[in-house]
Amino acid sequence: MKFSEAWLREFVNPDWDTDTLSAKLTMTGLEVDYLLPAAEAFSSIVVAELLEVSPHPDAEKLRVCRVNSGSAEHNIVCGASNVYPGMRAPLAVIGAKLPGGIKIRKSKLRGVESEGMLCSGKELGLTEDADGILELPKDAPVGEDFRAFLQLDDNIFDLDLTPNRGDCLSILGVAREVAAAAGQSLPEPEVPRIAGKIVDKLNVQVDVFEECPRFAGRVVKNISTDAVTPLWMEEKLRRSGLRAIHPVVDITNFVMLELGQPMHAFDLATLDGGIVVRHGKPGERLTLLDGEDVDLEGILAVCDEGSARAVAGVKGGLGSGVTTETTDIFFEAAYWTPKMVAQRARKLGLHTDASHRFERGVDPNAQIRAIERATELLLDLAGGEPGPVIVVASKDHLPKRDEVNLRRDRIPKVLGMEVRDEDVEQALNNLGMVVERTKAGWRVRPPTYRFDIEIEEDLIEEVARLVGYDNLPEYSGAAQLFVHPDEETRIPSDRFKEALVDRGYREAMTYSFFDPVYQKKLFPNEDLLSLANPISEDLSAMRVSLWPGLLDALDRNLRRQRERVRLFEFGKRFLTRDGKTKEQLVLSGVVSGSVEPESWGGKQPSVSFFDIKHDVDALLALTGDASAFEYQPGGPSCLHPGQSAEIKNLTGESLGYLGALHPGVQKTLQIERKVYLFELLFEQLSAAKLPSFEAISKYPEIRRDIALVVDEQVPVGELCTTAREAAGNCLRETVVFDIYRGEAIESGRKSVALGLILQDKSRTLKDEDADKVVSGVVAQLKEKYNALIRE
Amino acid sequence: MEPQALLQDALSAIEAAADAKALDGVRVKYLGKNGELTQLLKGLGKLAPEDRGAAGKVINEAKSNLQQALNSRREALDQADLDEVLAKERVDVTLPGLGQTPGGLHPISRSLKRIISLFQAAGFEVAEGPEIEDDFHNFEALNIPEDHPARAMQDTFYFGDGRLLRTHTSPVQIRTMLNAELPLRLIAPGRVFRCDSDMTHTPMFHQVEGLVVGEGVNMAHLKAVLHQFLRSFFGRDMKMLFRPSYFPFTEPSADVFVEWQGGWLEVLGCGMVHPNVLNNCGVDPEKYTGYAFGMGVERLTMLHYGISDLRMFFENDLKFLEQFS
Repeated sequence: MKFSEAWLREFVNPDWDTDTLSAKLTMTGLEVDYLLPAAEAFSSIVVAELLEVSPHPDAEKLRVCRVNSGSAEHNIVCGASNVYPGMRAPLAVIGAKLPGGIKIRKSKLRGVESEGMLCSGKELGLTEDADGILELPKDAPVGEDFRAFLQLDDNIFDLDLTPNRGDCLSILGVAREVAAAAGQSLPEPEVPRIAGKIVDKLNVQVDVFEECPRFAGRVVKNISTDAVTPLWMEEKLRRSGLRAIHPVVDITNFVMLELGQPMHAFDLATLDGGIVVRHGKPGERLTLLDGEDVDLEGILAVCDEGSARAVAGVKGGLGSGVTTETTDIFFEAAYWTPKMVAQRARKLGLHTDASHRFERGVDPNAQIRAIERATELLLDLAGGEPGPVIVVASKDHLPKRDEVNLRRDRIPKVLGMEVRDEDVEQALNNLGMVVERTKAGWRVRPPTYRFDIEIEEDLIEEVARLVGYDNLPEYSGAAQLFVHPDEETRIPSDRFKEALVDRGYREAMTYSFFDPVYQKKLFPNEDLLSLANPISEDLSAMRVSLWPGLLDALDRNLRRQRERVRLFEFGKRFLTRDGKTKEQLVLSGVVSGSVEPESWGGKQPSVSFFDIKHDVDALLALTGDASAFEYQPGGPSCLHPGQSAEIKNLTGESLGYLGALHPGVQKTLQIERKVYLFELLFEQLSAAKLPSFEAISKYPEIRRDIALVVDEQVPVGELCTTAREAAGNCLRETVVFDIYRGEAIESGRKSVALGLILQDKSRTLKDEDADKVVSGVVAQLKEKYNALIRE
Repeated sequence: MEPQALLQDALSAIEAAADAKALDGVRVKYLGKNGELTQLLKGLGKLAPEDRGAAGKVINEAKSNLQQALNSRREALDQADLDEVLAKERVDVTLPGLGQTPGGLHPISRSLKRIISLFQAAGFEVAEGPEIEDDFHNFEALNIPEDHPARAMQDTFYFGDGRLLRTHTSPVQIRTMLNAELPLRLIAPGRVFRCDSDMTHTPMFHQVEGLVVGEGVNMAHLKAVLHQFLRSFFGRDMKMLFRPSYFPFTEPSADVFVEWQGGWLEVLGCGMVHPNVLNNCGVDPEKYTGYAFGMGVERLTMLHYGISDLRMFFENDLKFLEQFS
């Protein structure tokens, strides 16, 4: 809601300067978004009259004017073509300052002296029109300061109103709030009663009272086609962000701004018989004022006996609007219900000044007042003969403002502060409420324009607003103490994040939706969940993994000449399984470049599968039992088939995958370097093992090393598992300390060196015991994997 | 030879010994089993008994002096060896350290962590909810019926099947209240989504929602808890201002401002839980009252660390991330 301060002060004028007014508005909940001067700074510009206009002797496009500024006559050279003798216009005299600091000096234009400048609207920062000199009314007082004449020492307020305060979308509404904030109440504006001069009426038939409980209208005939919108009205409209269009349209806009009731004016000559308010029929269409053609089926429309002429509460139709030829009009002011307008405007994708107000609720009692006010303005401006006011209404369908009870003891319960009875009553009275005392407090009838007062708390808020939120106390309440449960067997996500941070990773945050094409390149078989109204195509599908976003982030950093990128993200992925969406929290990482940062200590090797596996191991170790997980070869198709693994826990549940990005996918994604990734389900990862003490053996350990030759395909992990099983209880640990291929090993085989660390809980192991364990292990490995002791 | 002369020879030899091995040779030569001084001692038995005392004393003195000299020479040689090792092992301590350097948390994570721990210290529990929501939890139960103009306050992402991306973390209020026992003190941190993208809006951002429901909970408590929180978060005393506002799920509602560089800056929104919301969750508004607040984590983070461009949070440029180590 944008408006002129001076206009507001015509309604209510508390003893506050502009800044105080602004602060008060904001503090009562009508947030001042901005406050600007109504006109830019300029001075020494006066209303002048053109006495003579003659051509410039030396320039075809210039004119020489004799101009009266009230106290003197001036010779002015001017480039505009709309000047004529008798015209009144703003004149910048010698010494005047224009917006932007331009100073007017005596000058010569093609040999003719000019003692000042006639100004266009654009030069004064008032209109966009730079073509001609700003024409002032014929009765503009010659010699008067132009700023004073147009009341330009004014300010424009723009309020950012919350949707509950539709009642403040007018000068009247804002004035009521200002009055209440100043401790006064604003009397309702007087409604002019203009008697009909002619008997002309239109028959109005409302088919849908549920959506149009009141429809008011009036015929006005024989208005002047020469009428122009007066400058004062144009200025008020301008300061509310509206352009002058046509005197009749300007009047309807003016009334909307002043009283909050949107109106429409039809050219009576274009209407075919009376008015019918009905729903659009199948196939019925209407071309709106701006040329847009809309489907009216099911849309409430204002129609004549032939066809639809306007979308109710939203916008008028093209064929029935007023034009410069219009002499007879029909004013419409209706109460359209908020729900109806909200639904229809949204369905049509339209948002207008009218629909904005109707959606939030227009005073259901304001229609006749608006018609009368518009008539009053029209008669002043363009003459004409009004008919009687036509009203069709259904009392049963008009909104009821129920009385609301306010209990005295409920106020401190909500606000934490007692408010004196007088203050409660004054606050509510000043807001136009009818307040009646009851035993427990008050019975309050809110005014018809307050759609937001429905329950006791709404009234408490009103009281708090006028008491001032600033005056509400602040105190820490006494609360029951709780010791909240803390599951030790659940590792908080922060712990994993910190572990990765300590291992050189930086946390990234990527959008939960991402490019479906990019996602499909990685996960061709996943069903993507798409947004119906995405910001853009590349942010249109919910991510099925954090990898696409992370790879994109990694790639962008590589392109910024970063050699080494280690990123992780913790967040949700969205998988579709059996037609249902699963939101799964995952911890994912991407790595590229050297293991450690570049240093003087020698060239750093690039990251390999085993470096990222080490990072994943470190995360698994946080559960307290890394041995509860195993890696099995394989992974999704976007990973390198020979360098990818699935991680499973003891119950066989999958935690996720790690591996190298498939070189083919890497090429498709145009990523320049080798990349390793992991993604782990947080739910499974965060389940920790509770430590349980085991007696420490005081007997010495024995280590036995064996080197075994096995086929290349035999996974060492399985070899170790078998060894552990064969060794039995006295095996404390297995270490893989060498893998060897080459000389002395036949091709297709490899030598694996295992260290077995043995210890018994109850006795010192002897060499024979160790030998027995080793031979058992070797026998088992030979049987299962054809493993031979390397000589 | 006389013990004195022997001693003089031995002392010269000790002085001349260049290393531990040479020094040991000297020891063997004089004090070994067959050492010269040892021989003299052994020869004492051949002397007349009355001379043995004096001669023995002289020899023992010589032996003791010799031993002392050997010891101090050994120490000197050890010291010299150690000095040499130390000199050899000297490094340039100004060279950079080797190995992995730590990364860092995202600034949003960093803020979330602080916000959560501040409220946890005040007895709030952390609650979470789905990011894909339905109309009931995101709007309806929060007193935002269909066609309510407040829906236009939040441009919603829809899936076209009734589901949507939550526009705020407030649905967690509903999910928790529907199941929880009272009194209740919770915060709900998380991602939220709005169909808006420009200089000052990203289609995804983070909120922390707070909810306290119990008997005797009022707006003065809300003011106190938020003022204390803001002071802690920004690490300094600051004035706070409540201003009337509107949220469909709170009544009265307020915008919260803090004093910032001479003006007032909006940092969060709050209010007393609307009785309709309590009713929707089966909580008796006559018996219980509650307050709720919601804050934008990006906004608080930008203010706190002086970040000028919201969009940087999701660009994941290492040059940005590296500033938060």
